[in-house]
Amino acid sequence: MKGIWIVAAVGLLIALVLGGMLSPFASSRPDGLERVAEDKGFAEKGQGEPAMKAPMPDYTIPSVRNGLTSARLGGVIGTLLAFGVGIGAAFCLRALHAGASKSKIEHRKSGIQ
Amino acid sequence: MLHSDESCSALAREDTMHIPDGFLSREVALGTYAASGLGVGMALRKLQHALDERMVPVIGMMAAFIFAAQMLNFPVATGTSGHFMGCALAVFVLGPAGGLLVMTLVLVLQCLLAGDGGLTALGANVFNMGVVGCLVSSIFAIGARWTARGRRAPFLAAGAVAAFLSIVLASACCSVELALSGTAQLWVTLAAMVGVHALIGVAEAAITVAALSALLSARPDLVATWPQPDANLLQPTLTQKGGGT
Repeated sequence: MKGIWIVAAVGLLIALVLGGMLSPFASSRPDGLERVAEDKGFAEKGQGEPAMKAPMPDYTIPSVRNGLTSARLGGVIGTLLAFGVGIGAAFCLRALHAGASKSKIEHRKSGIQ
Repeated sequence: MLHSDESCSALAREDTMHIPDGFLSREVALGTYAASGLGVGMALRKLQHALDERMVPVIGMMAAFIFAAQMLNFPVATGTSGHFMGCALAVFVLGPAGGLLVMTLVLVLQCLLAGDGGLTALGANVFNMGVVGCLVSSIFAIGARWTARGRRAPFLAAGAVAAFLSIVLASACCSVELALSGTAQLWVTLAAMVGVHALIGVAEAAITVAALSALLSARPDLVATWPQPDANLLQPTLTQKGGGT
């Protein structure tokens, strides 16, 4: 089990390098959908106010003025959050299962008595 | 390449297939929310009974990797960029339900944290890049499990095809949703979207094969769809004993 956490830590490290070091250098060309939207003339439909204001728009930290630092920090925070959310969700699912099977056993026990 | 503050702040990444608010009609938004809810609900139900302790760190790792890799837009032909989606990789490593869980978590986080993909279009984005991508990948993952029988080359080839098809089909679904919403004409958008994403799909396949073969070399026991040798049948009891530490 310990070995798996080490593998996960190595994977997280690779992700952090991708998210923190390389993400500011990602291509800023319009991407697939943006490009098609521009070409086919429906891009303006998406220009309105979004339904929700994002705390980290475009994976940057708005309060950090330096663009490069802001993008790097955003990448690192986002990647760490993704790792945490993944682990958290997996633990919750396991806890739910443990709770469910426990109550099932208790239920059966009480049935026997 | 991009060293000045100005060029970095100009990095608007609305995203390859992440539909923003305003592109979808109410019906399409609600319909895709319902379909995604159903798919994710089924995955969660499955996982509630099948989530091995050993999968917990791998789920975190995959979520982090896919989240990070999706931020990296690489240039494709004619002034367009694309990025890795990760659906096939997630399914091949974690199985269909685990793969859909990771894709959903990543997409929800992207939407809520970075505004990548609109909140009203989240259902559609989860449907395209999660449900559809995972369904396609699952067919290939299950097929590869039985036909490749522990041979790496056909297993990785199945991963490559799954990666390519998942991103192309996701873009096709995106086009259909835009057409149903009355935002764009179906055939025009479909041809353009599928054309661009066929190119992105080649990169998707390459990254999927690279990541998958790296994990297979390091820890084949962590790849859920890779057939495990018979000795591993004993492993659950062993890991449960050692799991407390």
